[in-house]
Amino acid sequence: MMDAVAAVVAFVAALATVTFVEMVVRITVPYLLAALGGAITERAGLVDLALEAKLLFGAFTAAAIAHDTGSIALAIAGAAVAGAAVGAVQALWAIRLGADQIVTGVALNLAAYGLTRYLLQVMYGQGSNSPRIDGIGAKVWSSPLTWLALVLTAVAIVMIARTRLGLRVRAVGERPDATAAAGVSVAGTRLAAVLVGSAIAGVGGAQLSLVVNGFVAEMSSGRGYVALAAVIMGGWRPAWVALVCLGFGAAEAVQVRMQSAGTGLPPELVRLLPYLLALVLLATLRGRGRAPAALGRGA
Amino acid sequence: MSAALVMRASKRFGDRDALVDARLEVAAGTVHAVVGENGAGKSTLLKIVYGLVRADRGQLAIGQRCDLARHGVAAAQALGVGMVHQHGMLVPTLTLAENAALGHEPVRRGLLDLAAARRDLARAAARLEQSLDPDACAGALSVGEQQRAEIVMVVARAQKLLILDEPTALLAPGEVDRLLALLRRIAGDGCAVVLVSHKLDEVAEVADAITVLRAGRTVAELARGVATREVARAMVGGEPPPTGAPPPLPPADAAVVLMVRGLAVHDLSGAATLRPGAGSAGGLRQVSFEVRAGEVVGIAGVEGNGQRELVQAVVGLVPAAAGRITLGGVDMTHATVAARRAAGLAHVAEDRHHHGLVLDATVADNVMLGRLDEVARGLTIDRTRVRTLAERALADLDVRPADPSLAARALSGGNQQKLVVARELGRAAVRAVVAAQPTRGVDLAAQARIHDRLRAAAAAGAAVLVISADLDELFALCHRVAVLHRGAIAGELAGDALRAADARATLGAWMVGAA
Repeated sequence: MMDAVAAVVAFVAALATVTFVEMVVRITVPYLLAALGGAITERAGLVDLALEAKLLFGAFTAAAIAHDTGSIALAIAGAAVAGAAVGAVQALWAIRLGADQIVTGVALNLAAYGLTRYLLQVMYGQGSNSPRIDGIGAKVWSSPLTWLALVLTAVAIVMIARTRLGLRVRAVGERPDATAAAGVSVAGTRLAAVLVGSAIAGVGGAQLSLVVNGFVAEMSSGRGYVALAAVIMGGWRPAWVALVCLGFGAAEAVQVRMQSAGTGLPPELVRLLPYLLALVLLATLRGRGRAPAALGRGA
Repeated sequence: MSAALVMRASKRFGDRDALVDARLEVAAGTVHAVVGENGAGKSTLLKIVYGLVRADRGQLAIGQRCDLARHGVAAAQALGVGMVHQHGMLVPTLTLAENAALGHEPVRRGLLDLAAARRDLARAAARLEQSLDPDACAGALSVGEQQRAEIVMVVARAQKLLILDEPTALLAPGEVDRLLALLRRIAGDGCAVVLVSHKLDEVAEVADAITVLRAGRTVAELARGVATREVARAMVGGEPPPTGAPPPLPPADAAVVLMVRGLAVHDLSGAATLRPGAGSAGGLRQVSFEVRAGEVVGIAGVEGNGQRELVQAVVGLVPAAAGRITLGGVDMTHATVAARRAAGLAHVAEDRHHHGLVLDATVADNVMLGRLDEVARGLTIDRTRVRTLAERALADLDVRPADPSLAARALSGGNQQKLVVARELGRAAVRAVVAAQPTRGVDLAAQARIHDRLRAAAAAGAAVLVISADLDELFALCHRVAVLHRGAIAGELAGDALRAADARATLGAWMVGAA
């Protein structure tokens, strides 16, 4: 018994280190950016199931540009454009053509898995990895993405609460009919929200490939879905969404530490930890925030 | 006096003529009412003025001549036209200032200038002597407050012509008076006000002139002071159906059929989670009443004060959180919908599209719904019997067209509602009737039919509970009227007190919690 307590105490103490904090930050960034992007899109009334595709295309584009130009800045910009491109397709289907938003999102995610593999094959002659690139690696405090994520969080919060676009996005997600009656274009506002949100999510993808110095097929591995859960748990409010993502990042970092510390638990179970946390939080925090009333209901 | 609006318009929707060269002329600085039955074309005519609907043919002049082919909302707004829609166009999650700013947001250094939006709204409200809180969340206000705020916003931008579509449909009597006073004031400031309505009492009270539409045509243009009866005759194209009086009072010792004791029901609107503590009524609390055989009891109240919760709990669609419901002396608090129906409970649902009818099914199949016991033959359905039942139901309330094979969707709103009433009241052995807003959105003729059928049910010994936001309907049907306010019964009038001259004012005060 005393041994167990001592082990837990030692484990917790081991967490309180700079490297652990760095790990949390590194892990949180893609969740955070994808979820902020998703929150903006959903506030406009569109179900954003395509976050996975935005992360994946962002990651691939960042790796490809970093490989060709060696520029991290261009790689990040490219990831934003790639995310926005996915958003443009999503908008075309869901807003212009009136397709089901959930089906559109799932289709984009599946297409992203296949298309990035195909592009790997065509561009680099291998189906699962890009060549090694000069990315960001394990750096945290000197990584531009760390600070960009912080800035984008502030941008998302201010945009929703205090800008003309933000007010229109909030209105259009709630009462599209009333928004149109006020002379605001419903489709135009939604398009703007999707493009901004998707670009931010795409930047989250850049973090995935640049910290491991290369693109790996399917490296988003479900983070887009976890990010969507964070959007819901954060009640569609950017500041709360950001906090929930930080929680996910911390849970995943603890999980990684537990694996390396050797807890005796099967690693497969330990890896479940963040997802179990998501499930528990989803069930308990439900009802705290409220979904935009027009979410998923088309125009 | 100069004309604020001069128009003639024709419009077809599919193969139906909505407007046939309908004419409307409104003088500046007056309140002008446009009246007519449902489907007469009132809303279409005014949506053309506001640019929401494009006319096929016609002319339009709003101070200056307009090109009808290119007329749109933006053009109408530029000419000083504003419209307040029947169901309100405020975004409930935004503050009043944010709602006012939407579409023409003041921006300072790239950010929303909410201080300016607040100031503009407060100034507009002060000009009309209205008090409102620019920082209040729109969804937390009463329907009347929301509407007044919306009028302030619209009038602040539209200074030549204000259009209101059925503005009093959801208001309590006291709030109606405040609204009408506000409209007079706006007209006094020189802005023409066009009021679409079918409540002739209000029209007579406030309008300087009345245009009557029937079947898409302008059939009368009347001046102030014309008797309400004349207006009604023009509306229906003949003698209006009599409004009628309640059926004879049942003997005092008639058996209690429907009894509700201490009923509490959780809020169905989700309003409590939407804005905790922000004036939400929060379902139903501690409601008790009883309805005797042959008696008609009315439940009045502004919508959202627990009516929906009460109806759904009594018919068994939602569970009671506390209390007891008995039907014919048998405890039905936890009984299923089917068991309650089997015990003789009929339900005319508030929303015929969601709870009353399967719109894509045929009229015959809709009549069969909930009456399978009457048409089942072993495991199959007796189709001839279904047809007989359907034909009987159609004849019972004169549903037109009387074709059982038609999809329910093909019927007009009034005929759909008559179909629901015919099905529910035509069942064998109806002992209690719960009728929620039984004549909402139906024309006068259909309303008279439905009222007659409800009276007949009571005369035949059923206990009838009518839930309605329309006091005229309750006066015409009920022996007793209770008022729901914030989920509890605020008061009840019966007998002479219900027939007294001040009954409307008393009920109205209870409805807004002023007593």
